[in-house]
Amino acid sequence: MRMIAKVGEWFDHRLQLAAPIREAAEHPVPRNTASWFYVFGSAALTVFILQLVTGILLALIYVPSAGEAWSSLQALNHQVALGWFIRAVHGWGSNFMVAIVLIHMVQVFLFGAHKFPRELTWVIGVFLLLMTLGMAFSGQVLRFDQDAYWGLGIGASIASRVPVLGPMVVKLMLGGPIIAGATLSRFFALHVFVIPGMLIAFVSLHVLMVLKLGINEWPMPGRVVKRATYESEYHEMTRRGGAPFVPYAVWKDLFFAGFIILAIAACALCFGPFGPTGQPDPTIIQTAPKPDYFFLWLYALLSLLPPSMETPSLLIGPVVAILALILLPFLSGEGEKSWKRRPIAVLTVLLIAITLGTFTRMAQFAPWSPHMNAWSGDPVPDRFVHGTTALERQGALVFQVKQCRNCHSLGNTGGQRGPSLDSVAVRLTQDQLIRQVIQGGGNMPAYGKNLSPAETTALVVFLETLHPVGQAPARDASRDVALGVSGQKVPPPQQ
Amino acid sequence: MSTKPVIAATSDGTVSRRGFFVKLGVLFNGLAAMVLAVPVVGFLFSSVTRGRANGYLSWVALGSVSDFPEGETRLATFRNPYVMPTDGKTVDTACWVRRIAGDQFQVFAINCAHLGCPVRWFQQSGLFMCPCHGGAYYRDGSRASGPPERGLFEYPYEVKDGVLTIQAGELPTPGAAMASLCMEKPPCA
Repeated sequence: MRMIAKVGEWFDHRLQLAAPIREAAEHPVPRNTASWFYVFGSAALTVFILQLVTGILLALIYVPSAGEAWSSLQALNHQVALGWFIRAVHGWGSNFMVAIVLIHMVQVFLFGAHKFPRELTWVIGVFLLLMTLGMAFSGQVLRFDQDAYWGLGIGASIASRVPVLGPMVVKLMLGGPIIAGATLSRFFALHVFVIPGMLIAFVSLHVLMVLKLGINEWPMPGRVVKRATYESEYHEMTRRGGAPFVPYAVWKDLFFAGFIILAIAACALCFGPFGPTGQPDPTIIQTAPKPDYFFLWLYALLSLLPPSMETPSLLIGPVVAILALILLPFLSGEGEKSWKRRPIAVLTVLLIAITLGTFTRMAQFAPWSPHMNAWSGDPVPDRFVHGTTALERQGALVFQVKQCRNCHSLGNTGGQRGPSLDSVAVRLTQDQLIRQVIQGGGNMPAYGKNLSPAETTALVVFLETLHPVGQAPARDASRDVALGVSGQKVPPPQQ
Repeated sequence: MSTKPVIAATSDGTVSRRGFFVKLGVLFNGLAAMVLAVPVVGFLFSSVTRGRANGYLSWVALGSVSDFPEGETRLATFRNPYVMPTDGKTVDTACWVRRIAGDQFQVFAINCAHLGCPVRWFQQSGLFMCPCHGGAYYRDGSRASGPPERGLFEYPYEVKDGVLTIQAGELPTPGAAMASLCMEKPPCA
């Protein structure tokens, strides 16, 4: 033991780091911050370090070349011992990191920690969030599979909508005119050098500022932040009622960090690595690309926005959102910290969380996407063709063959792009059905040029049978008057 | 420890010898940085500058005209004209070729005009459908429904000695040069 102490002294005589480290570790923190609510920042840092380590491990095998990246991932999954596990830890680590950073941000906001004098800590945190999302997207690109390839195309399409500079931005992003080798290489450089470098610098600043300014005290309703008095009040609080961070508060951080690492490892073990999906071969077009979990909400938004709103929302939305986040501590730098006295803050968080959650949930079903194989794969349920006439059955065939099923469901199978047609006859009369089929409208293509009159007749006759038992199909009353209730022409009155 | 400022002017307003050299040194390094910045920026933006004036576009053959039956729409593939050694399969590109009649063609990009997902052709209903956000197009490429704001992108084509060639080389996006190459609107469905 004496030997170790001597060696330690020898090093510290030269490094002179022991004193500042001890000072940082034992700096007094308000006692009530030794809380399970205050563990998310250190957890994010822990996951970041885990990502650095597993990322370096993956780089030992991964080849950042458009021709070989996909096969090097296959090798990691199947050939290299435990390669699959390291990939899985890195992939799940990324999901956890995004989630923890978001939770950390919500906690900080609800506890008023963004207020004076911690405005800059918050602003740097906003940049850290953006970089984390940047890592998530570029990481998805490095998993150079079909989803990555077409995901890049979506990114390029969005970037190209920037006025005037659009085409330039696209070429800069792709490193050339198309998604190819240079694209992967530059995303590799971003993911492995540029963003991690910035992350390390900004995380260091972020942590340094927490040490210098002190951790945010537990907010009490009525204890209002004032620029003139806050700092002296805080120092008084930590001087009189504070406790050293180590060991008073740190043990909860340690336990939670360990728990998170084990949770990531458990997910990696149970669910395995993400992909890669099909090869990044643009001639294989039988694919329906979907983004990773944390961008699903965007996928939903892009499907649901009205076309005219899309470009403005895509270009202005992020700018407004980022500006709002950056300006937040300057607009509300003083006043109440407690969430109990900030109903608008709580409602805003709830609204954003519910919106993002709903969009994410919807994107898992993607009701807006046609089911490309429904027309050939999904059967027409028996009850819709049982006891039908030859013409009606012919109509059911037209219904399948013309791919109506890709967007319309029958008996809960088929696409959900358009309305379900299980009871369409109750909603639309014969004339309305004919008009809708031939002219389209309301987000449905016009089928007039692709259906012969005979096919249209058969199809409409079939659609007219689609109504619940005991519920009559819709009828046009004027037609009854003109043609008679039976649909037959009323015979001219006898002379 | 001297507290005398190094760069600041001396009290009588003149510049000290050391202060002058520090300023000169900063200026010298600024100059060196600028000399180096020119090639660095040139390298960074090389993918942009090369693309000026249709620099990436050239004519590529899709195959013999007889490969495409009249009145039908077929999938064709071609190799992107601009290739780098590490591109792998990504330079192989697909497109939809519609032969209207004779030498009259329409060659559509595979990328949906909305956000670039690969559209699929359905012969029976005469529609292109996009699997991502549900865009649909008629057989002539015009918009049928869904989020796209325009019809499918078209490649300019030529028929030379019975071979169909198209002008390609750039990812078709709403802002790309090729989006404006084929300015004529597709005929209405």
